Amino acid sequence: MSQQQTKNCITLRGSAQIICEYLKFAINSVLFQRGLYPPETFKAEQQYGITLLLSEDPLIKSFLTNLLTQSEEWIVNKKVTKLSLIILNVANKEVLECWDFNVQYEDGDIELSKEKKETVGSKDLKKIQQEIRDVMLQVAATISYLPFLDCRCSFDVLIHAKTDCDIPEKWAEAEPVAIANAQNVQLKTFSTSLHKMETVVSYKLSD
Amino acid sequence: MSQFNYLNDLKSLATLDGPITRGPLQRWVKKSNNENHNPSMSTSFKNISNVNISTCNQSMQKMSISANQSCNNSVLSSNKTPNRNDNKKGKKTPSKNRTPGRSTTPTPNKASKTPNKADRFIPSRTNSNYDLCHYMMSRDDDKGEDVVAQTAAGEAIGRALSDAEPGRLLQYTCKAPAAPEGYQNRLRVVYSQAKVPSSVKNTTRYIPQAPDRILDAPDILDDYYLNLVDWSASNILAVALGSSVYLWNAGTGQIEQLLTLEGSETVCSVQWVQGGGSHLAVGTSSATVELWDCEKIKRLRVMDGHTGRVGSLAWNMYIVSSGARDGNIVHHDVRQRDHAVATITAHTQEICGLKWSPDGRHLASGGNDNLLNIWPIVQGHHYSQPQYLYSFNQHLAAVKGLAWCPWSSGILASGGGTADRTIRIWNVNTGANLNTVDTKSQVCSILWSTHYKELISGHGYANNQLVIWKYPLMSRVAELTGHMARVLHLALSPDGTTVLSAGADETLRLWKCFMLDPAKKKEPTDSKAAKSLLNLNSLIR
Repeated sequence: MSQQQTKNCITLRGSAQIICEYLKFAINSVLFQRGLYPPETFKAEQQYGITLLLSEDPLIKSFLTNLLTQSEEWIVNKKVTKLSLIILNVANKEVLECWDFNVQYEDGDIELSKEKKETVGSKDLKKIQQEIRDVMLQVAATISYLPFLDCRCSFDVLIHAKTDCDIPEKWAEAEPVAIANAQNVQLKTFSTSLHKMETVVSYKLSD
Repeated sequence: MSQFNYLNDLKSLATLDGPITRGPLQRWVKKSNNENHNPSMSTSFKNISNVNISTCNQSMQKMSISANQSCNNSVLSSNKTPNRNDNKKGKKTPSKNRTPGRSTTPTPNKASKTPNKADRFIPSRTNSNYDLCHYMMSRDDDKGEDVVAQTAAGEAIGRALSDAEPGRLLQYTCKAPAAPEGYQNRLRVVYSQAKVPSSVKNTTRYIPQAPDRILDAPDILDDYYLNLVDWSASNILAVALGSSVYLWNAGTGQIEQLLTLEGSETVCSVQWVQGGGSHLAVGTSSATVELWDCEKIKRLRVMDGHTGRVGSLAWNMYIVSSGARDGNIVHHDVRQRDHAVATITAHTQEICGLKWSPDGRHLASGGNDNLLNIWPIVQGHHYSQPQYLYSFNQHLAAVKGLAWCPWSSGILASGGGTADRTIRIWNVNTGANLNTVDTKSQVCSILWSTHYKELISGHGYANNQLVIWKYPLMSRVAELTGHMARVLHLALSPDGTTVLSAGADETLRLWKCFMLDPAKKKEPTDSKAAKSLLNLNSLIR
């Protein structure tokens, strides 16, 4: 976190790191808060000034690490528009819930960028972290209205990439998913001044 | 109006930073709505099955007519907004309203079974998208299909409907594992209103299940972060209701109004001075701490130092410590002109719990940043150091309920909010978390009994109950239910027998749950009687 902050100067790479770090904590928070996995497989960690839980499951950890390293690359190259965390019923593969993380690209600090000869932002890191914390608190608060996931669940992350994006090894094209009778709730947005992250949760209205 | 839903959705999609309040109803609201509907639903369902069989042929014809009717109806009236319940009913009763006259089965109490009559006509509202229809109709006709995508609103839809977006959809082929076989989602407790199967232990002592008295508390603020009741050692209860503070003499039952703040200011916290004095500290929404003499009904001084509302107060001798929304703790020496002797940046968010230990050596503070901090005292003074001794981050929600054990030094109980629902017992001498118990409900307040080795905690959804716990086992001794909304605050009477609970249902309830055993109570009175007899004897001689 500290390497990208020199006098409030955030590089594209640093901004992508912030985004991916947010994604890591957000995805883990969802997995914990929605009760997808046993709570004892999570470990508390201090981040953004609050306690957040990270999964200790080696398979989940490696899945997320691989996913986010690749995503960071794509975000730096502006290939990704959205990441969707989908929660599936293991038994019938039905999509029960979908967390959309929309990535938008912003220009950052134009004058500073000219000076540095690369795209940089000048937003205060503390401010960014505060914004992320607000989103995280909202994520935790969603349990008050999201429906109960009363089945064995699994999750997956789909990347919405641009058409000119290459498919690396171990990656494949996926089918779009849809939730029947969906309700959308938009959470707070935060921005690193280079990337803007919008979090939306859609869930199935129970019948 | 249902036909405006679509327009509203478009608007809300176009605005990026919105409060989450625009989201769906909180679950408890939905629950209570459902509850009201449930009985009628089940009865109507039974009858309908009969109706349908008997009038099968007719219903087919009627369907088309009724569908038309309902279309008109739904545009005209607003209370027919399609929602989940209505859909369900609609599906089951395609021709209900048209058929009862011809049906062979009598349907008594028909009116009560159909709260929203019009919805009975529609087989399924999900398929007939009225708001979309309305949008398409009311739109300017000359614009073609392709124009939509170019408008800002269209873009918003495009973003929302991921399927329509061009580009590639990729997935990582090495999938994450599913939850282990046989794992049950433990969040069920958050969703169920059923009573928790608790190991309520039978104790030898009798705990009344009903409150001893119920007092009205109109306009009490339903705010988790405030501390609005306190019971003094001289048996006077201070209660903050909206912008006023009232004093209730528990001995005589007299009520006195102490103060009313001006304008829209509200009282956020009250705390009596230790040791039965008549001084009351009052924290306000205008970020001040006021000191009142309750015998003379006179304000003694106003102390500033905060930038946010003062939601928690704690006394330690002549120091009153205040915690506010700005996350700071200010120690005020009430004797000095320059009252603020120390200001501590304690939390990053609002402080909602603040308690000095009985021996005055530690200050515990809990905040909305989910942290519980322990502050050591400055040697030779009665205020705390600016550096915490421990910062416990194990709670997963705001920490409001805080209570120090009255008989064992350094033992602290703390309770977390909705996302946490645990009571944790700490030893601040070692920093150890001695015990953790999942209460299955928001913990709003905690007290220790002075007569028994027990704790009592006040809870929110689903049962709004008070729970008595055996220490140190933390097994449930009793549950006291009765509040219609969450129990916000607790206070213990000076004699330690009665617990006062203040609920968001605007009532104060007095529970005599720590009454002394009459058998044990006799001993001291007997010895006293014996003593007085002795005295008498000595007088006679």
